[in-house]
Amino acid sequence: MNIKEMISPAVKKVPPSGIRKYFDLINEMKDAISLGIGEPDFVTPWTIREAGIYSLEKGHTHYSSNAGVIELRQEISRYVKRKYGLDYDPKNQMIVTVGASEGIDIALRALVGPGDEVILPEPSFVAYKGCVVFTGATPVVVNLRAEDQFRLTPRLLEEAITDRTKVLILPFPNNPTGAIMTGEDLEKIVKILKDRDIIVISDEIYAELTYEGQHISIASLPGMYEKTLVVNGFSKAFAMTGWRIGYVCGHPDLIAAMYKIHQYAIMCAPTTAQYAAVEALRNGDEDARVMVREYNRRRRVMVDGFRKMGLDCFEPLGAFYVFPCIRSTGMSSDEFCENLLREEKVLIIPGNAFGECGEGFVRATYANSMENIFEALKRIEKFIEKSKK
Amino acid sequence: MEEILEILEKNNKLTEEQIATMLNKSVEEVRAAIKKLEEDNIILGYTTLINWEKTRKETVTALIEVRVTPQRGEGFDKVAERIYKYPEVKACYLMSGGFDLTVIIEGKTMKEVALFVAEKLAPLESVLSTATHFVLKKYKDEGLIFEEKEKDDREAVVL
Ligand SMILES: Cc1ncc(COP(=O)(O)O)c(C=O)c1O
Repeated sequence: MNIKEMISPAVKKVPPSGIRKYFDLINEMKDAISLGIGEPDFVTPWTIREAGIYSLEKGHTHYSSNAGVIELRQEISRYVKRKYGLDYDPKNQMIVTVGASEGIDIALRALVGPGDEVILPEPSFVAYKGCVVFTGATPVVVNLRAEDQFRLTPRLLEEAITDRTKVLILPFPNNPTGAIMTGEDLEKIVKILKDRDIIVISDEIYAELTYEGQHISIASLPGMYEKTLVVNGFSKAFAMTGWRIGYVCGHPDLIAAMYKIHQYAIMCAPTTAQYAAVEALRNGDEDARVMVREYNRRRRVMVDGFRKMGLDCFEPLGAFYVFPCIRSTGMSSDEFCENLLREEKVLIIPGNAFGECGEGFVRATYANSMENIFEALKRIEKFIEKSKK
Repeated sequence: MEEILEILEKNNKLTEEQIATMLNKSVEEVRAAIKKLEEDNIILGYTTLINWEKTRKETVTALIEVRVTPQRGEGFDKVAERIYKYPEVKACYLMSGGFDLTVIIEGKTMKEVALFVAEKLAPLESVLSTATHFVLKKYKDEGLIFEEKEKDDREAVVL
């Protein structure tokens, strides 16, 4: 038997990650600074960790109900109401998931299959495309543009819609660009979606990391509530990546469909993490606020740093990434990142890892200490100066 | 203003330029604000938190509960002043509850601290009683934890 022949064609179709090689390189280096990983550098706030420990002491070590412990669902319901003005019934309009990752996966699996098209704005989080392809559906990429500040414009959206379009993935605040969609931006695309049978999977995992104004969920706009699945989680806002916990909210019929997959494939999200998450929503606001303020300061330092090096860098207003353009150096994104890592030991990620239209850009995360950010900027500047000669 | 203080409270080694960038302000604005804060005695000074345990210098710290009789017209302030002017006194607070002043003393040895209490503090006319507690181990001070810093152990993941 040829083992490789046994792999499903849909899985074969997805190439292995192109950025693995950087991680292999950096693992062998001393004094390297990684602005590569997209997760908070903060450890989970103590009050949340403590709640997890306490739940273990009390013996909450069993499966929870499939949809998640009811206290948590009630807290989520209150939270999305208070933050985004969204009303979801904890009983039949939400599932607690293994991170936003699971939410994205089961949303797609519940909705699409071979013959369907999913509109996918890029550059974006690497998991979307893989998850779409695994279902057998076809990803239809929309290339976002720097001149639009990497926002999804009605023009670009309209051009991508066909009569097979079933889902739009709306990834804002965006990884890797840091772009956000304001209320006005959203209204423009809602005009196009209003009379069409398209479900929006809105990945709002970075919602709390919005630096000017408040995050607005597309689900809160007229006509969009029924058609939107809101995917969110605790990883970024509460620095809880390792706990693997998130949630998805939406129309009861959509949730019921996703619930089937969740129930058979996952059972339930980790129970310890669920109790910790309850604490995050009850008492985590201040901790979250402190982290956001710190990210905001680092964000300004990074943008300022790249601009002073002479790189074009639009101002990202969300998430924890900056996405400067490196075309003026004459290098490709890959060359830039590989040489930078070898010569100055700073890891950033080539923009094309997040979609072809990311070529010419690089992603640097400011989820790192201010000290490391200052040092990394110094090294990148040195690298660019050298490359001019 | 407030945010400058928050930043400096955590790290006073940042330059005015760096703080200005962090806050999206001009260097001049930040410089002027800090100057004003210093003049208004809102910023009292810039100190360094040292874990003396890890050096060869011997030190002990004691927390002393002091009960005093307040003085007419001056309350506790005058008594407190007579105490906090000693350089050995690291900190001095007026308290609610079972005693009046918390006095934190640093000395080379326990004996030195005990002598200070016996010879300087206790004999003061308005001091009624003292209770001395020696610090055995410092876990955290000024919001900073003494044990080794948590290392960045984030693993490389593709995202
Ligand atoms: C845009 C985006 N969505 C979802 C996730 C996954 O989040 P979670 O940890 O909740 O699975 C990430 C993680 O990097 C992300 O960047």
